[in-house]
Amino acid sequence: MHKLQITNKHRFIGFALIGLVVYILSDVVDEWRSFQGATIAVYIVAIASVILLTGYSGQISLGHGALLAVGAYSAALTQIYFHVPIWVCFAAAVLVTALFGAILGAAAARLSGPYLAGTTLALAVGLPSIANQFSILGGEQGISFDAGWPPLSFGDSFTQYKWFFWIASLAALIAMWWVQNILRSRYGRTWRAVKTNEVAAEIAGINIGRSKVLAFTVSAGLAGLAGALLAMTMNNVSPSAFPLALSFSIATGAVLSGVNTLGGVMIGSVALVAIPEIASLISDRWSSSENLATILPEFIVNALLILTVFLAPKGPIEKLRSRHSK
Amino acid sequence: MLKIENLSVSHGAIRALHEISFNVEKGQLAAVIGANGAGKTTLLRTLSGLNKASHGLAQWNDHNILHAKPEALVRHGISHVSEGKSVIPELTVSENLELGALWRRNKKEAAKSKQEVVELFPRLGERLSQRADSLSGGERQMLAIGRSIMSKPELLLLDEPSLGLAPLVIEQIFQAIRDLTTAMGLTVLLVEQNAMGALKIADIGIVLNLGSIAATGSATALRDDPAVRAAYLGF
Amino acid sequence: MFNFINTLLIGITAGSIYSLMAIAIVLVWRSTRVVNFAAGGLALASSFVGAAVLETTGSFWVALPLAMIAGALFSAFIEYFFLRPLLKRSGGKGEEIFLPIIATLGLLGIIKAILNYIYGDRVGSLPPPLSDKGFIVSGQSIALSPMRILILGTVLVLMAFLTLIFQRTNLGLSLRASSFAPEISRLAGIRVDLIRTVGWAISGAAGATAGILQTTNGSGSIAPESFEFSLLLVFGFVAAVIGGIESLIGAVVGGLTLGIVLAIILMYVGGSLVFFAAFLILILVLLLRPHGIIGVKGGRRA
Repeated sequence: MHKLQITNKHRFIGFALIGLVVYILSDVVDEWRSFQGATIAVYIVAIASVILLTGYSGQISLGHGALLAVGAYSAALTQIYFHVPIWVCFAAAVLVTALFGAILGAAAARLSGPYLAGTTLALAVGLPSIANQFSILGGEQGISFDAGWPPLSFGDSFTQYKWFFWIASLAALIAMWWVQNILRSRYGRTWRAVKTNEVAAEIAGINIGRSKVLAFTVSAGLAGLAGALLAMTMNNVSPSAFPLALSFSIATGAVLSGVNTLGGVMIGSVALVAIPEIASLISDRWSSSENLATILPEFIVNALLILTVFLAPKGPIEKLRSRHSK
Repeated sequence: MLKIENLSVSHGAIRALHEISFNVEKGQLAAVIGANGAGKTTLLRTLSGLNKASHGLAQWNDHNILHAKPEALVRHGISHVSEGKSVIPELTVSENLELGALWRRNKKEAAKSKQEVVELFPRLGERLSQRADSLSGGERQMLAIGRSIMSKPELLLLDEPSLGLAPLVIEQIFQAIRDLTTAMGLTVLLVEQNAMGALKIADIGIVLNLGSIAATGSATALRDDPAVRAAYLGF
Repeated sequence: MFNFINTLLIGITAGSIYSLMAIAIVLVWRSTRVVNFAAGGLALASSFVGAAVLETTGSFWVALPLAMIAGALFSAFIEYFFLRPLLKRSGGKGEEIFLPIIATLGLLGIIKAILNYIYGDRVGSLPPPLSDKGFIVSGQSIALSPMRILILGTVLVLMAFLTLIFQRTNLGLSLRASSFAPEISRLAGIRVDLIRTVGWAISGAAGATAGILQTTNGSGSIAPESFEFSLLLVFGFVAAVIGGIESLIGAVVGGLTLGIVLAIILMYVGGSLVFFAAFLILILVLLLRPHGIIGVKGGRRA
């Protein structure tokens, strides 16, 4: 089969098309779906950040939930104290979290495998709980984040959740466009090289430490954006929104998408949002057991995770590709 | 007797061994020589169960030994000392030795084997309670060989025991190998880059080149063969 | 002064339980190079077994050993049916560590889901078998109670037992050899796969003990979403990393360090910063010693 030369222009058109689809969708879906759509967008950005860090740079993170928290709180605090438009809040979230990521990355650059996993795990558990201690962070109740209302010119039927959906999707599209570029750039190649063989990379002149810290920084920035978007959809930021389970979900989503390639990012995000709904459908049909209803989503997600690891460890897309080329 | 027939082994797409056939009689010491990448290590690893053969036949005492687990083959008397002084540095000399005999039921016999090893390599006897990482290169090689003796071997597979050792030590090791082959009636496959040293103590020789057999014959014949001398003996 | 001693005692007790969990994790790491998050789930399941036995027989002293056996069996089961196929498939650099870890996370989720389904709202009960009222010393009650002594004693005995096995028995030699150098061990005739299963079984028993002790040291009841168990899993893992995940001594050192420091923080600073403190301790230790306190650069060789 003649391989298409996919240029950047092609990709840009591709993204624009997706944007168009989203635009059309937003007109036909209801509030709940809009909310789900926004959540999917959040996951897309979050999962992309993990794919970048783990799939490309080879650094494992079980603590991205904490980075989302940093982004969320930054966005909310920026709004409260500076009263700036929401885009500025998002930008602040990205920058602050990226800075945090840089520091974390510097500390973690020498850590390998289980040590890094342990550190990120401790971070995921430890960081959000700080908010409980400091009143400026709103304690357990959290602080509110008001993304505002859509401009009046959009008409009456344009609800707030649609607005969120638009913002989140636009942010996600831009973020993905940007991520995809950076992964194809020299930086992305450097990350891959370091991940594949650190010694060889070093001999080739790559500064391992700097490369790793950069990956952490970019990944954190993305996670910060995801966190800000999450805050938007929930109108509120509190520690309970960032439990350890969130970090696990994101990591799971990354594996479901195929942790090595960006292309499958939709799969994981949609799965994470769709499964609870599918699960409740199933449990409604099958039995009236309340137990089943509660545990089914968790069970299905984890079962899918294990199946993916066993059957398609490089992700479903790679699996299909390798099937095709045989 | 060790019987190899049309043995082929591939690493993915690369053919490491191609239709190898040869026999080694019981009690013979066979030197397997050849350049790097000729497939010598692959041969040993396939015979000891670490690598899978693609096809062919390998029999030891009329037992099929391909596609068996290494641990199982040890119980059939096949002992492989892999490349690079295969001792476990964190364990003591004594523990390294005992490791080889753990599978043996008869503990008395195992103790006797340990005696034999210490007699063969007195230096080990002096260092029984020391950690293996405190040993010199030559001592580690002795320990590795010693451990394989503890497994009550009938067929001994040795992968480049002379690697990285000083000439004097190499002589000692080779002499020890010759001695214990004779004393214990072992059958030995000795893979070596040090072709001269190996052929000196061997009964027969097998020359591997790029995965195929280039020559076989008695050790003396090979030593005198001009082609072999030019390629592997350096003169 | 008393306060400080009490804090220390509380910290050492909690820390020793984390050490047990850390041992469970280190055992699996050394033999299989996998961080077994499911160990937390197995500890949970074993503790439920313990609670059930306690309910039937009324004796803690029967419940504990049986729970340990259950833990050993569960863990061996997982190694055989889950890990072996998993390890055969995961290859390639980078994913080496990530995929098995995330798979054990998935397993943890499944175990919890199953337990949730079976037990739902019901709660297992593991009240402390001994009094947890502190002894009175010069008119003041100190934090040392019969129960505390039991916990410390159990952990000590287990560790002594484990050390004995590892250092002085053939099984222990096989375990050590297989984890240092699996290929060499195979060539020496050791059934490395079987030994690995045994290692996991021991890990399961340790985890079960940690789970039971954690419950009796805490609220006395177990629920699938129990906070104590999340604590146990996270702190157990953190303790293992602090001490250096390659060594059993490290697990003990890490657990005790974590327990004591956290107790001090709890007493003198406040409760909600405990988790963050754990993170700080961890990162501080790793900054100075990237391979943990007893940092063994370790790793396997063939």
